[in-house]
Amino acid sequence: MNSMVQVEQTVASHVGLEDTPIKVVARGVNVFYGEKHALHDIDLDIPERAVTALIGPSGCGKSTFLRCINRMNDTIPIARVTGTIKIDRQDVHDPALDVVQLRARVGMVFQKPNPFPKSVFENVAYGPRIHGLAASKADLEEVVVTSLKRAGLWEEVKDRLSDQGTGLSGGQQQRLCIARAIAVSPEVILMDEPCSALDPIATAKIEELMDELRTNFTIIIVTHSMQQAARVSQRTAFFHLGYLVEEGPTTKMFTTPGDRRTQDYITGRFG
Amino acid sequence: MMSEHTAKAFDVDLQELARKVAEMGGLAEKEIGDAVEALAKRDTALAQRVMAVDLSTDQLQREIEEKAILTIARRQPMAVDLREIVAALRLANDLERIGDLAKNIAKRVVALNGDFPPQKLIRGVEHISDLVLEQLKDVLDAYAQRDLAKALAVWKGDDKVDAMYTSVFRELLTYMMEDPRNITFCTHLLFCAKNIERMGDHATNIAETVYYMVEGRALTDERPKGDTTNIAPVPIRM
Repeated sequence: MNSMVQVEQTVASHVGLEDTPIKVVARGVNVFYGEKHALHDIDLDIPERAVTALIGPSGCGKSTFLRCINRMNDTIPIARVTGTIKIDRQDVHDPALDVVQLRARVGMVFQKPNPFPKSVFENVAYGPRIHGLAASKADLEEVVVTSLKRAGLWEEVKDRLSDQGTGLSGGQQQRLCIARAIAVSPEVILMDEPCSALDPIATAKIEELMDELRTNFTIIIVTHSMQQAARVSQRTAFFHLGYLVEEGPTTKMFTTPGDRRTQDYITGRFG
Repeated sequence: MMSEHTAKAFDVDLQELARKVAEMGGLAEKEIGDAVEALAKRDTALAQRVMAVDLSTDQLQREIEEKAILTIARRQPMAVDLREIVAALRLANDLERIGDLAKNIAKRVVALNGDFPPQKLIRGVEHISDLVLEQLKDVLDAYAQRDLAKALAVWKGDDKVDAMYTSVFRELLTYMMEDPRNITFCTHLLFCAKNIERMGDHATNIAETVYYMVEGRALTDERPKGDTTNIAPVPIRM
């Protein structure tokens, strides 16, 4: 019965939070869409340089929470957010904070790849250029090449940098969006179901990429695929009906969740 | 009990697995009972039937393995579901081993054909087999009912089996010293008793598996041990 003992030790040694600095701290976060109370008192710590997965059935509030982190909910007129979200102890709702700067620090990748209707090069160069991150043309080129390499796309597009970004395959477009996001050297990358429009091979490439990127970035991913969450993340948070039900090391969440609702969800008993 | 899966076919897969394990458990119990009865009555025909039943046990183990692997591939089970499937695989292994051990007893009955030593020599083996059969029955019930208390009772009860094995060991040594003509038969009996004691260990494994399946963590306490034959002094009478 040694194998079971080992499993337990693996789980115990994978707690993660004690030895990892916290990048994002959410306390008492509530979100209202008009009358609808979409998120209730969310307290969540997100570790630095790790992948945190937010899971839960549709409408549970996981995307809403994700969008709070770079204040994307600001774009919805009826949305109201209370509580605090701090990145490195800086409140994202601080009136003195420039939201454009915030979004440079907190990049985002969406469900559907949304490259600009521009060349592959311009897609990646756009961010560094408007944020003034490249001093010269050579600098800019270097940022573009580095970002495309980090996004695992360079080999596939190096001969077609002036082609339209929208002409790439779906998986390539999504990696282009990731290259665009990391080109401005963000600290946090938010991913809202980044693989749901991709085939299994393209999905595997993105997952591989996330695993590499987490050495430099704090990644928060919303996913409907439990297997994906189990594969790519180190921590998992389960949302249900606007509440954070449970969060913990991914290995524990998918083997011995503490809450009955988590267990029912991950084993396919509802949602 | 757990509520149903959204995909009903998944529930059917899991029920089917549990049903096959229960069926296998039933066969293993029958193998033990029949093998010891064949031994007590020197019934070669019954011993042959035990060996035939063991083929079905092996077949069931293969079916459970295939079904489990297919279910993992098809459903990507998580948490309690995954543990249930892993448990089915482990139980199938333990039950297959129990079947093999029973078959080994049956083979000895066939080999002993024509040998008629006193019936009293067999009593000890019958007792230990009664005890192990009860352990096995209880642990299979614990599996079927996800009954932690029952699984723990079996787990803790193995020291009784071990203690009884030690006592049978001493008893058989005594018979052998009383009359050297008993030696061949008693040696076979000793192996039979050891086989049965091993079955008890498999019942203990199953208890641990049931605990893991229900609780999601291993039973880590030190289990009480009652088998002291490895340190038992041989009684010497001149």
